[in-house]
Amino acid sequence: MAQVAPPADCKKQMLRFIFTRLTLIIPTFIGITLLAFLLVHSVPGDPIEVMAGERGVSAARHAQLLHDYGFDRPLYIQYLVYIEHVVSGDLGLSLITHSPVIEEFRQLFPATIELSLSAMLFAILLGLPAGIIAAVRRNSIFDHGVMGVSLTGYSMPIFWWGLLLIIFFSNTLDWTPVSGRIGAEYDVEPVTGFLLIDSLFSDDEGAFASAVSHLILPMVVLGTIPLAVIARMTRSSMLEVLGEDYIRTARAKGLAPIWVICVHALRNALIPVVTVIGLYIGSLFAGAILTETIFSWPGVGKWLVEAINRRDYPVLQGGVMLIGTVVMIVNLTVDVLYGFINPRIRHTR
Amino acid sequence: MATETERLVSSSPTPPGPIRETWRYFRQNPGAVGGLITIGIIILLAILADAISPHSPVAIHDDAFLRPPFWEEGGSLTYILGTDAIGRDMLSRLIHGTRYSLLIGSVVVTISLIGGVVVGLIAGFFRGATEILIMRFMDIVLTMPGLLLAIVIVAILGPGIINAVISVAIVYLPFFVRVTRAAVIGELVKDYVTASRVNGASTARLMFLTILPNCLAPLIVQATLSFSAAILDAAALGFLGLGAQAPTPEWGTMLADAREFVLRAWWVVTLPGLAILITVLAFNLMGDGLRDALDPRLKR
Amino acid sequence: MKRHLLAAGLGLAAAVAFATGGEAKTLVYCSEGSPENFYPAINTTGTSFDASARQIYNRLVEFKTGTTEIEPGLAQSWDISTDGLTYTFHLRKGVKWQTTKNFKPTHDFDADDVIFSFDRQANKDNPYFKVTSDNHTYYNDMDMPKIVKSIDKVDAGTVRFVLNVPNAPFLANMAMDFASISSKEYADVMMKAGTPEKVDQEPVGTGPFVLESYQKDAVIRYKANPTYWHGRPKIDALVFAITPDASVRFAKLKSGECNVMPYPAPADIPAMKSDPRFKVFEQAGLNIAYLAFNTTKKPYDDKRVRQAMNMAINKKAIIDAVYLGTGIPAKNPIPPSMWSYNDQVKDYPYDPAQAKKMLADAGYPNGFETDLWYMPVQRPYNPNAKRIAELMQADLAKVGVTAKLTTFEWGEYRKRIQAGEPMAAQFGWTGDNGDPDNFLFTLLGCAAAPVGGGNAARWCYKPFDDLVVQAQQTSDIKKRTELYKQAQVIFKEEAPWYTIAHGVQTAAVSKNVEGFKLSPLGYHVFDEVSLK
Repeated sequence: MAQVAPPADCKKQMLRFIFTRLTLIIPTFIGITLLAFLLVHSVPGDPIEVMAGERGVSAARHAQLLHDYGFDRPLYIQYLVYIEHVVSGDLGLSLITHSPVIEEFRQLFPATIELSLSAMLFAILLGLPAGIIAAVRRNSIFDHGVMGVSLTGYSMPIFWWGLLLIIFFSNTLDWTPVSGRIGAEYDVEPVTGFLLIDSLFSDDEGAFASAVSHLILPMVVLGTIPLAVIARMTRSSMLEVLGEDYIRTARAKGLAPIWVICVHALRNALIPVVTVIGLYIGSLFAGAILTETIFSWPGVGKWLVEAINRRDYPVLQGGVMLIGTVVMIVNLTVDVLYGFINPRIRHTR
Repeated sequence: MATETERLVSSSPTPPGPIRETWRYFRQNPGAVGGLITIGIIILLAILADAISPHSPVAIHDDAFLRPPFWEEGGSLTYILGTDAIGRDMLSRLIHGTRYSLLIGSVVVTISLIGGVVVGLIAGFFRGATEILIMRFMDIVLTMPGLLLAIVIVAILGPGIINAVISVAIVYLPFFVRVTRAAVIGELVKDYVTASRVNGASTARLMFLTILPNCLAPLIVQATLSFSAAILDAAALGFLGLGAQAPTPEWGTMLADAREFVLRAWWVVTLPGLAILITVLAFNLMGDGLRDALDPRLKR
Repeated sequence: MKRHLLAAGLGLAAAVAFATGGEAKTLVYCSEGSPENFYPAINTTGTSFDASARQIYNRLVEFKTGTTEIEPGLAQSWDISTDGLTYTFHLRKGVKWQTTKNFKPTHDFDADDVIFSFDRQANKDNPYFKVTSDNHTYYNDMDMPKIVKSIDKVDAGTVRFVLNVPNAPFLANMAMDFASISSKEYADVMMKAGTPEKVDQEPVGTGPFVLESYQKDAVIRYKANPTYWHGRPKIDALVFAITPDASVRFAKLKSGECNVMPYPAPADIPAMKSDPRFKVFEQAGLNIAYLAFNTTKKPYDDKRVRQAMNMAINKKAIIDAVYLGTGIPAKNPIPPSMWSYNDQVKDYPYDPAQAKKMLADAGYPNGFETDLWYMPVQRPYNPNAKRIAELMQADLAKVGVTAKLTTFEWGEYRKRIQAGEPMAAQFGWTGDNGDPDNFLFTLLGCAAAPVGGGNAARWCYKPFDDLVVQAQQTSDIKKRTELYKQAQVIFKEEAPWYTIAHGVQTAAVSKNVEGFKLSPLGYHVFDEVSLK
């Protein structure tokens, strides 16, 4: 996991590390575009036939449309043209809506981020304390409870979990709305695209409450697996740290147990947890696809599933590429951050 | 989910103890034993499905659409857990579903294990440009969210249970590559490898007979955990309509078919999901137990 | 409207906000999906037409709400020449274009707008031909390039269409969505401003509602058009809350989040009907679901086999299990709400014993093997083709016929049916203009029978074809009715299809909604709707 660097070389090593990581961006990006392009172009089915419905389309018109959309050119030319456009920020037009793919992504992506971040926050806020307490009270009923629940959460088919929550909270108890991001009665101007923020600053009194109540269930559903992972991870890394000598020393010195746990142990135990959280952002997108489908959440996950069903090549290609790029950037940031915290903390030990 | 295990595993290249010792540790973990027993029952159900199912899983009873389970009003003991929208017996379908889940899990793990081990051995063994190329490619594949990649691959291959299995296996392959490579690199520097190299062992012999057996522990753990993840992901594909097709009693597909009855017939929605949960949980419990038993460093 | 506990718990009563907002009467329609865009002429889905053509625009002639009858729209009246080749439309006076954020009209609707709206679709050199998309689907699909010879402006208030051949369904075409009339002035202004695509993104029409804002996959907002020529709508604002999942739409209707919901899940309909909080509307749609037998392939080239198949499948079981009350059994290829529907026609009874006997007579005492295709998607006429196929398979097994279920991705499926690949395939049709020609000639005529045509049974039967061709070229509706009625009798006897069902359209509205009507054409319109 980590090469321990001698403290003196630390900075230089760090810079070199960051530099190497950064130089990887371009080949990785090209790899992502190529992968997205090749995958999407291997999808069988004829977008023009899909557009036609029961009626069909004459052979001549079919050929004309193929030509208009550029589907009749050799594959490598299509790729080169595509890359050329990508570089200038043009991802093409959706075959269905005829609006720019990048524009649709920009409109829908904030919803996905909002959902993913809140799910992550939910997972951290519950998972960290649960993991810590479980570690401190090792083998207590609480510990077994947390471990049992989190393993169940970890094994959860979230598409089913979402349906159960809807049946229970929305349908039986009528506590939460069933789908969407905000009640239709609120007209919130999408300034940032993040409805929680936009609604907070809108004049409409109930808008924020409505946005929050719409977010709860999807957030819980998407946050379930990260929550389980974080609780388990926190517990095991806490246990590891609590067993180390310096903690025993601190305890022997008579420091208050709370102090020992919060300051000494937690700080070190968090390193692997932070890494897991960072790496999990990528997997959140996968979960978001299911969560958005169940809750009709207007984000990019649902958008992509629809694009597949409609054979909307440009959307699928652009979407896969953009998501790959976002995940790449997140991973890179996590890597660099990890490189930063890791030696320093080792050093201060 | 595989990311987490992969990290835990790659950080602990300790060789496994003898099988008996592993079993001793495993036995002490009640969760793991519970998981193992549940898996045993599931396997039994799968083997005996035809004998113990009260009805055929695909037989349509057109006099009994959407019957509730027997304890509810309108239910009967003929259909213990009720029937689905076109009058197929839920219990029989659930029992036959075990076959598909076990099949999905084992096929996915077999494909990605074999593929991943071969590619990982090559990367770890030859190093240099080969390794960089392979690992870069794996990194790129890993930047794609797994389910998204699986969905696109299924779209390429066409919906169906076999294609769903293949696509999930492709998605899992990079994890096995990484685990294998990390383990191989860890082993390569050890004395016994140098010794057998000096003795003139062929490359293939070195790879498969000398090094591979010593990398088994992390691979076994990765395989168990992938098994449950594969069941989940294949069910998710089924749920999105891209997995198994009718009238296959695969649980995810059953759930997708049942979605429209969410508010009317709870049993067609609740039961398949519960079956998925129980199976996945059992495999995860066993996987956890195995990991602890195979990896003394994490044991406390 | 029920309070959501969470909202209340945060100390902010959503209900209060809604109540205060309720003074301005807002109708929330839980629509089933995002529109493709707001330019009706390139759209193909009802979802898009509901969002654009039916709220924002008008046409020269309109379908009378809730029927397929033609009534005056932007044209106050029209004359048809005796040879059926010239249609002269007299335009309505004083029709105002909508005023929006970026367009203030300077004059009323006139002939130039009509010319522009069609020229944009017909003329490759029109500067707007390629804007948004040059794929003017319906204009081409309805054969307009072949039918129409010229469109001329007689004066500011009169437009003349000259046709190449007499075509009785032409008038009905003019009421279709692609024939929506948009403003030439707006188009010119936007072209000058360098933003022609805005014409389709921020549309300006003459219709009852003005588009205010649209967020993909979330919401579309309209406000009432105060200058609407047919009278200002009775509600002040119209909101489309986009909700793709049917059971979720129902949950929203229950919680008061929406007032009107289309396309409920069949399983939920009984609950809706028994709940006094809702009114449920049902109407047989202009559609048909059928199983086509490929009459060019053995054994379906034998009429007796086709008839036997008709008797072997239990239609009632399909309607009960799959349509769950959202379909009515079909016996004719056209739906009962369509003029010329022949109710005298008798459907084949469900009689497996007789079917088995007929198969034996035809030389298949032990049955035969067939493929049985089902489409992978839900259609307005068919809620679940897979389930229907499974039921058919079970029925056919009883008469010794082994059916192998097959499907393909939807575009591919259609293409292969046109290529004549399947032996027996489920398929269907949704009518466009309410004319029987649109079913009987389009789906069963000899012109569509060769490979590549839309006649899925590849059925070309002279006596039938003569009748429907003759009807197409006759403009006397009585005469046409007679011809179509005879055609249906022949169809039933020859049995190229197993007619499954006509999908019933359903919509539920909350009690306080008044004046809502379902359209057999599948439109959802709100200009006559009011909230109590």
